[in-house]
Parts: sequence; C-alpha cells; structure tokens
Amino acid sequence: MDLSFGSEYEVFREEVRDFIHQHKDKQPNPAEMRSEKTLAWQKLLIDHGYHSRTIPKKYGGYGAEPDIIKSRIIAEEFSAEQINTGLSGQGISMLTPVLLEMGNEEQKQQFIKPTIHGELLWCQGYSEPGAGSDLASLTTKAELDGDEWVINGQKIWTSTAHIADWIFCLVRTEPDAPKHQGISFLLFRMDTPGIEIRPLIDMTGKRNFNEVFFTDVRVPKDQIVGKRGQGWLVANAILGHERGSLAPPDVADARLNGVVDLMRTETIGGEKLMDNPVYRDRLMQLQGRAMALRLNDMRLLSARINKNQDVKLAAMIVKLMGTELRHEIEGLAIDVMGEIGLSYEDNPYVRDKGSWQFQYMFYLGLIIGGGTSQIQKNIISERGLDMPKEPKVAKSS
Amino acid sequence: MEFGLSQEQILLQDSVNKFLGDQVPLAKVRQIATGEDNDSAVWKGLAELGIPSLLIPEAQGGVDLGTVDAVIVAECLGYHVTPSAFISSAVMAPVALMAAGKDDTLAAIADGNHRVGIAFGEAIGARRDAGILVDGTTLSGKCLFVLDANADAYLIATPEKSLYRVRADAKGLERNILTTIDKTRPNCELILDKVEGELISDDPEVYLQTLDAGRIILAADTLGAAQSMLDQAVAYAKQREQFNRVIASFQAVKHMCAEMAANLEPCRSMVWFAGHAFDELPDKKRLIACHTKAHLSEVGKFIAKTATEVHGGMGFTDLVGLHYWFKRIGANRQLLGTPELVRDEAARIQGFAA
Repeated sequence: MDLSFGSEYEVFREEVRDFIHQHKDKQPNPAEMRSEKTLAWQKLLIDHGYHSRTIPKKYGGYGAEPDIIKSRIIAEEFSAEQINTGLSGQGISMLTPVLLEMGNEEQKQQFIKPTIHGELLWCQGYSEPGAGSDLASLTTKAELDGDEWVINGQKIWTSTAHIADWIFCLVRTEPDAPKHQGISFLLFRMDTPGIEIRPLIDMTGKRNFNEVFFTDVRVPKDQIVGKRGQGWLVANAILGHERGSLAPPDVADARLNGVVDLMRTETIGGEKLMDNPVYRDRLMQLQGRAMALRLNDMRLLSARINKNQDVKLAAMIVKLMGTELRHEIEGLAIDVMGEIGLSYEDNPYVRDKGSWQFQYMFYLGLIIGGGTSQIQKNIISERGLDMPKEPKVAKSS
Repeated sequence: MEFGLSQEQILLQDSVNKFLGDQVPLAKVRQIATGEDNDSAVWKGLAELGIPSLLIPEAQGGVDLGTVDAVIVAECLGYHVTPSAFISSAVMAPVALMAAGKDDTLAAIADGNHRVGIAFGEAIGARRDAGILVDGTTLSGKCLFVLDANADAYLIATPEKSLYRVRADAKGLERNILTTIDKTRPNCELILDKVEGELISDDPEVYLQTLDAGRIILAADTLGAAQSMLDQAVAYAKQREQFNRVIASFQAVKHMCAEMAANLEPCRSMVWFAGHAFDELPDKKRLIACHTKAHLSEVGKFIAKTATEVHGGMGFTDLVGLHYWFKRIGANRQLLGTPELVRDEAARIQGFAA
C-alpha cells in the first residue's frame, strides 16, 4: 500500500495551482456552450495541458504522454477550487477516443481539433424506440445508392440534437447479417435535408433529450468509421467510455458536502436539521457508502498504473453503484428540507436553484440510461461471477 | 502509487488460507462450536505461522508488520469462520500494550502462549446489571460480552476509558461463558469482587486507538465471511436445478448475486484503506474506522440474508452450515458498537453532533 504520488508530482501540483490562481477570473459560465469566453477558456486549458492532455498535437491536443497521476492531480486541484474544467459532451468524451482508435487519418484531421476546441458540437444517435437495452436490434437503415447512404428511421434519447452540428449514428447497413454484424457507424451533418428533431420533455420539465427522425437522408459514402458491419465494435468502445463517467465519486462527494451545508444552516421549528439524529444517521450512511465507492475508484486508478492488479469486478459495479448513490444523496437533501424540498423552478423559497430536485430526477434517468441497473446486474453476474445467460426464448410467429 | 496488496501480503494471504483450508475445515469448526473440541490446536497452528506476533516488534519476538497485514489475516479467518483469539490477542491487546508502553507480556503473546482477552463493553456503554468500579488497584463489578472465553488475562476498560489488566486466575474473578449465536468465538462474562488489577493506561487515547483497531478487524472478518457466503451462493446456484435449468440462469437469482457482489467489492478497498489509515493517516483514521465498521455491518447483513436465500431451504439447514457465516457476520455487527452507534461517533468526530 503506497498512496503517495511522490515528490516530482508535487511540483506538478504546484504548477496546476499557479495556473488556477493566475487565470481563474477568465472562466466562463458553464451554461454557455458557444460563447467567445467559453471557447477562449477551452483553448487556454488545452494550451496548458489541462484538457485534451494526451491527444496528439497534430490533432489539436496538448500531446502529452499518458500519465494517470497527473490527470488525477489536475482533476483534484480543479475540483478543490471548483474551477470550470472545460467542455465535455459526447463529441469530446465519446467520439474523440473512438476516432483516435478506429478513425482513418482524414477523419482524425477533420474532426478532432474542432471538436475538442468546442467549435463542432456532436450528438449521439444510438437508442431507438424499439432498441433500448437490446441496442443491437436497432432498425434505422442505411442503403447505398451510388456514392451516398440513404438513411431512414428514428432515434430517441438524443441529447443536444437541437444544438449539434453533427451526429455519430448507428445504422443497419447489412440487413441479412446477424444483428451484431449488420451495423455501421456513420457521421453526418445535422442540417442534412430529411432530418427532423422533436424535443422530448422529461420528468425534470427540461428538454434534456430529443427524438430525431430520418427520411431519405443522403450522406456521402465515405463518412463511415471502421468498415461496413463493424459499427457494433465501435459502439462498444464508446459505451465503455460512457459508463465510467456517469457518476464520478468526486462529484458525489461534493454533493454530499452540499447536503452537510444544508443540514447545518437550515432549521425546522427552530431546530437545526443536523441536530435531528435520524437525518444525521442517514447522512452518515451515505457518507460511508460514498467513501467505499471513492476508495473503489482509487483502486481502479491504481490498477491503471500497476497492470498486475485484477479489478474486473471493481470496474463493473461503478455505474450501478454510483448512479444509485447519487440518486439517494439528492433524495436525502429533499427529505431533510421537508416541504421546502418540494420547491422547484421559480418558487421563491427554492434552495440551491432547485438543483436537488432536478438532480434527484435526472439521476433516476441515469440509473436507466447508459445500460439500466438491471442490465448492469446481468453484466456483473454473467461476466463478473460467470453465471449463465438467460436461455433465449424462441420467437413466436 | 499502489493501492493493493504487495507480493509479501499475497503470500501471507495464501499461506493462511492454505492452513485454514487444510487444517480447519467446516467439520473442525463444527467440533469446536459444539464443544467436542476447543480452539487451542487452531491457535497453536496459527502461532506456528506467526499470526499472533504480526503487530509485535521484533525486539519482543514479533514480525513487526502493519495493520493492513492484520486486516488480510482477519479476512481469511472470516472467510473460513475460524475459531480464534485473533482480534483480541493478536490485535487489540498488542495495540493497547504497545500504545501504553507495557512490553512485559508481548513476547508471550507473540508466541501464542499467553492469550489476552478484551473487556470493553463497560466503556462502550454499560448495560443494566453490569459496570465496573475501581477502588485503588482493585476492580469490582461485571463485564459482559468479553472477547475470548479462554484467555489468560483480560484488558478491562472502565467507563472513564482507563485500561486495567487482570489475570484470568486472579482471586475474586469468576468467568462464565455466555451463549451467543456465534459459537465459533465464545464470549464470556467476568464477575469481579475486589480483583487486583494493574493500570495499563489512563489515557483515553489508548482505549480509543485499541477500539479503532478492533473495529477494523471486525469489518475485515465480515468482508471475508461475506465473500465466502457470496462464493457459496454462486456455486450452489450453478449446480442446483429447478424447472430443468440451473437456478443460476434465472435473472432473479443472478440479480441477487450481482447485488451482493456490487455491494461487497468496494468494501475490499475500504477495509484495506482503513488498515492503511490506521498506521499512516492519524488525522483521518478514526472516522475511517467508524465508517468501515458501520458500512461492513450493513453490507454484511444484506449478504448474510441474500446468500442464504439463494440456497433456498438448504440455506436454512444445519447440514449445509451456512448459518455459521450468517451468525459470525451477525456477531461482528453487534460487537464493539452497532452501526447506528458507530455512525453517531462518525458524526461527532466531524463536529456534526454535540
């Protein structure tokens, strides 16, 4: 057990701190995705290696060697000072790693730089009304007509579709192949004729997602990542990136500290919420669970440095446990506030801009999205505990 | 940075597991639990592996290892529901005696020839009919649920959190075994009538440090016991057939097992870290020890129930013997502070409660 990072890393930590103190006045409001201030901040972060750190210089990144500890230190310092860590989104966190791994040189040159600099916004076309947990059964089809794919079908749960410039999309190109081998991964512009976007309002009252309809959408033949029929491999590479990032332990800790602040400042009937032993016990239970998950994450970090460590199961449980924990942390804040906890949107008594109610509902969405908790349990039992798959039911005609 | 076990620690784990698997199988545990045999041969075997001497300095004949090593051993003992004096004689007593600078019996403890039991119940919270009064150097009263009914001496904590040592054969000391659900590690009561005691320390910090260590070891024991229950449940589900299928192919059963694994896996990091923090992070160790004890108690309770259910009716029988693990986990939950009590301490440590 050696949990120190070593003295050479402490020098690096000082550099990060200096950067933060020198530049923190320049950080933009996180809600602005396309403002000049946002793009300038993004460029500043990349130029100093605090974003897109390991992406090669020729594709617009900082070009550093991968160093997990340095990445960890950057995350710790930015989180400690609550500094804007730059843009995320599906183009940056999901498409870029896949292009680096599976894209051709032309695609890397064309897309990565503007994507990481926030000039090109993407959305993800995966789920369909009939293809949720069983994503590989998707039916949106693309047929080759001369030099173009002609796409027809529908996608759902497409966040940022209404503001995205491009989409990365799974379509069925080989209708006669087994379902996992008939899918291709296409890239196309969202202003292509034949695309219709309808907002999907969810339980939070916000437009976090959309439905996207394709009617004879024509896309140049070469806008495919990987070969025809390899789309499922590409998609799985991306889903791996998504699952780990849905419920980061640092954010869970920050939210838990938010509940502590609430409980120390709010009163009911003159009594501080923190003085209620039942509320306090619930807080302590969640703090213990959050501690266990944070330490699990530390073990995963260690395994990326020390390749001999077996952490297969520890990695598989992160999405399930992390999203369920976040939902409960947000729910505790609501419970301890009593009727005030009901407040939402423009209610003058709302606390923390309604974020507790919003996140409580939003995290129920994340428990379901990105592979439901039940799908996670199938994965854990089948791949982690080596239990057999449910027998297939013959399709009735 | 390396968050994991060293090669030496993996070797330690393997050698303890091998000894317990070969020499202390469930049949042996049963003999001890039913009173046909006692745990002295097991303790002697563990002493040959150096287990009672783990934390003791080399000058006193120990091997001077750290709390992470003790945690690993506790995990193995829990996995095999081994009857032993490990928590009291190999961990809590050495921690207390070393913190208090009382080296006189450490060599004998390291050899396994001198077992020291732990009587902390009256400091954690004295019950009706119990309590300890000190008059000069004599102790009178009653201690309940004392760890190790077969010890040669006991460390008794008073309500003021002072530690006294009494000999098991001291004049005026009566010792009665208390039947509990967990027959792998018998508890006793001590009834004291003006028993001569030796003040080991009147510094509450010595008591608290010893308590922290004990809580971490109980958590580690639960980690091992729960892992064994999960392993047994998965193995059983893979061979038990109903409706012409192994029951491991039913999602209802798979999800029970996945929930157990998902809850247990982070506990491994937590327990290891608690051991590390005990030695290396003085500012944080008490909070971490409290959370680890409470969290493992909760996860252990869930797994004890769920793993039994996966076994169906067989899980409920003495024949399969799963109940030894169920009861071991149940005992670890109640000993040295129940989860609610320990979480209250966690809140106090952070200034959340007066």
